[in-house]
This record gives sequence, structure tokens and C-alpha cells, in this order.
Amino acid sequence: MDTEKNKMGESETSKQENSTKENDSLMLSTPSIAPLEGLSRDMLPKRPQRKTEEKPHVLTLLVENKAGVLARISGLFAGRGYNIESLCVGETNDPKVSRMTIITRGDSRVVEQIEKQLRKIIEVIKVSNITDVPHVERELMLVKVHATKENRDEIMRLVEIFRGKIVDVTLKTLTVEITGDREKTDAFLHLINPFGIKEVVRTGIAAIRRGD
Amino acid sequence: MIENNKEEKSKRMTGAKIIVETLKSLGVDTIFGIPGGVVLLLYDELMKDGKIRHILARHEQGATHMAEGYAKVTGKPGAVLVTSGPGATNTITGIADAYMDSVPLFVITGQVPTYFIGNDAFQETDSTGISRMITKYNTIVKRTEDLAYEIIKAYNISKSGRPGPTLVDIPKDVISNEIDFTLPENIKLPEKHKLDGNDRQIEVAVDLILKSERPIIYAGGGVISSGASEELEELVDITGIPVTLTLMGLGGFDGTRPEFLGMLGMHGTYTANMAINNSDLIIAVGSRFDDRVTGNVEYFAPFAKIIHIDIDPASISKNVDIDVPIVGDAKICLRKMINVLKDTPKSKIKNFRERISSWWGKIRDWQTKYPLKYKKSDSKIKPQELIEATYEITKNDKVIISTDVGQHQMWVAQYYKIREPRTFLTSGGLGTMGFGFPAIIGAKIAKPDRLGICFSGDGSFQMNMQELSVAVEEKVGVRVIIFNNGAHGMVTQWQRKFYGNRYSASLFHIQPDYKKLAEAFGAKGYVIEKPSELKEKLRKAIKEEPPDVPVIIDVKVDPEEDVYPMVPPGSPPTEMLIS
Repeated sequence: MDTEKNKMGESETSKQENSTKENDSLMLSTPSIAPLEGLSRDMLPKRPQRKTEEKPHVLTLLVENKAGVLARISGLFAGRGYNIESLCVGETNDPKVSRMTIITRGDSRVVEQIEKQLRKIIEVIKVSNITDVPHVERELMLVKVHATKENRDEIMRLVEIFRGKIVDVTLKTLTVEITGDREKTDAFLHLINPFGIKEVVRTGIAAIRRGD
Repeated sequence: MIENNKEEKSKRMTGAKIIVETLKSLGVDTIFGIPGGVVLLLYDELMKDGKIRHILARHEQGATHMAEGYAKVTGKPGAVLVTSGPGATNTITGIADAYMDSVPLFVITGQVPTYFIGNDAFQETDSTGISRMITKYNTIVKRTEDLAYEIIKAYNISKSGRPGPTLVDIPKDVISNEIDFTLPENIKLPEKHKLDGNDRQIEVAVDLILKSERPIIYAGGGVISSGASEELEELVDITGIPVTLTLMGLGGFDGTRPEFLGMLGMHGTYTANMAINNSDLIIAVGSRFDDRVTGNVEYFAPFAKIIHIDIDPASISKNVDIDVPIVGDAKICLRKMINVLKDTPKSKIKNFRERISSWWGKIRDWQTKYPLKYKKSDSKIKPQELIEATYEITKNDKVIISTDVGQHQMWVAQYYKIREPRTFLTSGGLGTMGFGFPAIIGAKIAKPDRLGICFSGDGSFQMNMQELSVAVEEKVGVRVIIFNNGAHGMVTQWQRKFYGNRYSASLFHIQPDYKKLAEAFGAKGYVIEKPSELKEKLRKAIKEEPPDVPVIIDVKVDPEEDVYPMVPPGSPPTEMLIS
């Protein structure tokens, strides 16, 4: 009956008519005054719960730019068993406010709970989940890769394909800067791996909504 | 931060004086605490000022529970003042307790001077770091200029929305620095919550209620925090819907009214659990579908649509999906519901009441078939009979009841009929043994005219019995009834049920003589051993001893008695062990 539940809590105005209709049918379908009485464990009906699949979610937060805020937010994830896949923080044009992009994985029930818990934090000004709205994701990755006379050209061609830059060269290594979404940076890592990666540094994903 | 631009009014003041002035402006009249190195100047200022009563706890954990007791009976934040290091760490249990049970608690911890922070100085600990995850808000104040603002902010956050603890950590030099100071006005605080509830949702809710056949109200601590008891009562007067309360909700609805089915959950009444799980509509008010309430959540109330009123959006659809979420203050939302009901044609409400009469019939059936029960004995005092006897003695008094944690707590919740909000203090979420005794001291300090009774266990009482000094010193004549079963009773119950009667580390092989212990502190002690002497001795201890002398009543109860009904962990909530 509730495969398609409305979003709870904050956006409480939507889909009311739907649920009212469901209610009528539900109430007629259980005429007994104590429907559970006399049922053995294996006959007990279960409460329908909405099931959604796990996927990465992109949360973008405005937070007060002060000590302890990051600790409170990361502590919330750790303490409640949520998982941070990527985290990226920086000051905004207002030095009192920071922007945080958090990529977290979970079903929508869990992520909804994360958003609500984040909103409760006093220092958190705004939380938006932009997973399902048009947005741009970028991260910057620096890769130091083993390079010899023989394969340096090949690496440089790869870098060119990915519109990357060589930012440092030594006799034995090349350091490459790649910018893009996770898919692109992952793809580059995959291709560069056979050459021998010495070190990878990623900034984490920064995301912003498209449009006005 | 704050601009002190009104030169004409500003005065040269130390941080200590600023703190005291700010606290007074907030209406703080009592502080529970213990002094220490870094807060001595602040203590000096408190004494010189003399307007705020300071209660000297004997352990900082005691101070926090006293402040919780104070907060629970008054609705005002309970204020705590402690020193750095161990002073701060000892408050952690109380802060965590307040966090779980949404108690407004405002804690000031001293800190080593700013220039020592990070050096592992004597009695240095990262108080904001340690308390971060168990406070609504905490901060370290590094400039004397910010003191007033941060104190006002933290104090107000503790009581706003869903209440909870806040902590302000203040280094020694910030306390001693002198600045020109004017008490700030019009401080803008972050607005984090919505109070009024969506009108459309409330209409949908009322519509659902009037269409339902087997409705039940399931109310929790939110009803008490928001002061919504009257509204709840009115809603029941209009609709005649049965009510069950959570442990934290007890007192939110008069426990003697016929619509009250008792507490629900793991040790709830048979009727309350059967009713909520067979219902077709749950009206949840200020409750959070805790695992002790729902049992195995997969089987929880499979036929019910759920309306959930809560000020904390994160409590909605956390454990159980909600059909009609209403974010707002319980008092305001219930009032709106009542108004909608009052505009509803009388005939519709009459039809509704007639329709649910068969539901009531079933409920009365359950109550008759499976009431709370126990077997009395001639030789052993049954814990339930001890509570019933206390209730009989005190039912016409204005009481405040506190409990500790364990078997006795569940029995009190079952057998003592709490009639008014803010008169029942218990540690629900965190389950803190040692809570009850200091809490009743704090409560009685706030409400000295009330009869303060603490039900405790021998295990729980021993966790904070040092506060007996405070009760004697402050002439707080609380009555402590110790359920003495020589064991951690709830642990032994589980060991009997699930661990083959192996009493691992749960029995006390020696016990203090509680009567002598009371006398050693300058309090009164009683020992009650036989069922035949129970009522008379209990009455004497509660009623005839002077009201300013604490009385410890050591009652030897049957150690084999278990709490029933019981929903075993992981079981569907309708599978109860009855005996």
C-alpha cells in the first residue's frame, strides 16, 4: 500500500489526497475488532515499510564557519553509523559561512534521517539534497605516477584526453592534475594504474546546483 | 558578536561578574555545582552577589541529576556549574541523560586559561570535544566580550524546541579579565524549529480520526515538555479515544482516568500493547517510537495509519513510517485539532463515539482478562505491594515521584498512578542508575511544598548515595524507598529468563545497613522486613517524620519477583509473557 510514500517531516504538504484515499480502503479491509488476536507468530502480519535502494546522495550544506562545527557534523555521521564517501569544505563569499558538500550512501529513509539530524545542529544554516536535481559535481585530483623515458609520452597523451595538466615532472615521476566528476577521476585512475601510482590526493567532491 | 556601544550604561566588570549578571537576567535562581581551581573567582562572585542559591553537590554527576530534577518539575533549564577536568567529565552522564530525555540543562564548565589550552595542563580536558555529541549546542568562550552572548544563547537553546542540554566552557582568564560591559539586549538567536503545525495536515488528521474504528492516542514526554496535558485531556473528553503513555509521558494524562490504558511497551500493560497493535489509527503525540515501545518494529501495529505530532522533525519516520506527519509544538497542534473538532457537526462526533464503543468493549475485555497482577505472600514483601501501599498513603498529597532504573522503575510506572505532569521523574532514554535520588533532591528544592518520594533500588541508590549529605544539609526532607533485593534486580530477571539462572556479577554479597547509613549522614532510617508491618511503618516514615529531614526506608522485597508483562527483546509486541 505504500510503495510510494511521501517525503516525511519538512515537506509535509504534498500528496495528502493520496493518503486519505488509501485510508478509506484500509479501514474497510479489517473488519475484526482485534485482528491480531489468536494469531500465531508465523501468521502475524508485518507492518508495511517503504523500501528504497541504496545509492549515493549529494548533500550540500551551509554552516557557520567556526571551530567544532566540522567535528559535530562528522561526529553525527560516525555516532549514528552513517557513512561519508566524500567531504569537501570551504569558506563562501561570506567569511562567516562555509559550504560543505557531503556524499553519503544510503537508502532514502536513512538519508532523510541524516538530513533531518543535520538540520537540528545549531551551526547548520541550510541543508539541501541535490542528488535528483540538475547539478554539477567536480573534484580535483593530483596523481603522482611513475614515469620512464619510454612511457612518459603515453601518460601525457592520456592526460591530454582527460584535459588534465602536468604540474610537476621529475626523472622518475609525473604529477598530474585532473578535474572532473567522480566517474572521470575514477576512469583516469583506472587507466593510469598500470604505470604505477605513487600517490593520489583528492579534494572530495564539490557540487553546485545548475541554473539560477 | 556583541557591541558594547552604550557607553553611558557600561561598567567595568570581570568575566565572573558578567556571568553572574547574565545568569540573573535569565532568571536563574538556583545553581547546582562544585567549585574548583579555575572557577574560584566565579564562585567568589556568586557569594558576593548572593542572589543565586548555590547547592553544593557531593559529586558532579549528582549536580547534573539535581539540575535535571529541578528542570523537569519547573520546565526551566537546570543550571550546573563545575570546574575543569574531572569536574567536567563527571557531568557527562547527566548531560547524556538530559540529551536522551530532552531535559533542558545548562552546564558551565571552567577551563584552564586560554594560554594553557592544548598543553595538557593540570585538570585540562577538552570539555567541548567530550560533550559535543550529547549536547544540543556547546562552545568554548575565548573572549570575555563574548561571555554574555554565549551564555544567553546556550541557555535559550537548552529550553527551545525539543529541549536538551547545552554546555559553555569558560577558561580561567576569560573569567578574570575585566572589560567594559553592558548587558546585551535583543540578541537574535538561531530559529531551529517550527511550532504551529501545518493546518492542512491537522485537518487531514482530524478527518482520519473521525473515520477510524480502533483509534488510540500514544503520548510521550513531548506532552509534558510542551505543557499539552490540558489539551490532551480535552481531546479525550471530546472524542473518548483511549490513551496509552510512554514511560516519559507518565503524568501527561491523569493516570486515574478510565480512558488511560497504562504504559505501553516492553513492560507495558497487556491492554495497552494489544490496543496499540490492533488499532487502525495511532495518534502519536510527542513520542518517538523507541524500541522499548515498538518491540520488533516489523510487527508493530500492522493495520494502523499513524498521525505523529512532534516538534522534532527527525523523530518523525525515524523508526516507523508515518502517514500524517505534523511538525510542531504538541500544545499548539492539539489545540488546533480541538478547534477543528469543535467546528465539526456534533452528529459526526456522536457517530464516531458510537462506532468506537465496540473497540472500547474489546479493551475492557482485555483489562478484565489480563490486569496487572502479582501474588501476595505472607512472608515476603512483594515490590508491587510496596508501591500500592505507598500510593494509598500518598494519593491525596501533592507529590513528586522519582525513580531510579531497573525493576522498581517499571513497577512504579505500572502501579503508581501519576496524575499530573511534571511530577514524575525518571531516566528513560539513557536508563541512568543513580538518577532518582539526586533528581528528587533537585525537584524538591524547586518545589519545597511537595512531598518528594524517590523509589530506588539497592543497586541504584548506591550509585549516588553521597548526595544524602546535600539532602540533610539543605533540609530537603525527601523520602527514599529502597527496594532491597540484594541484587541488580533487572539483571537477575534477565539472567533467570535468558541465561539459565546464572547470576553473573548481579548479586550483592554484602550490603550496607541503610538505616545506620542514613543516621551516619544525619538522616532518618527505617527498615521494613515483613508484609504485616509494611503499611504502618511506611506511613509513619512518609507522614510522621519531620518534613525537613530526609528518610531512607530500606524495604526488604522478594528478590525472585519479576516484572510482567514482558515483551522479550526481538519479539512481536503482542507476544507478552504474562507471568
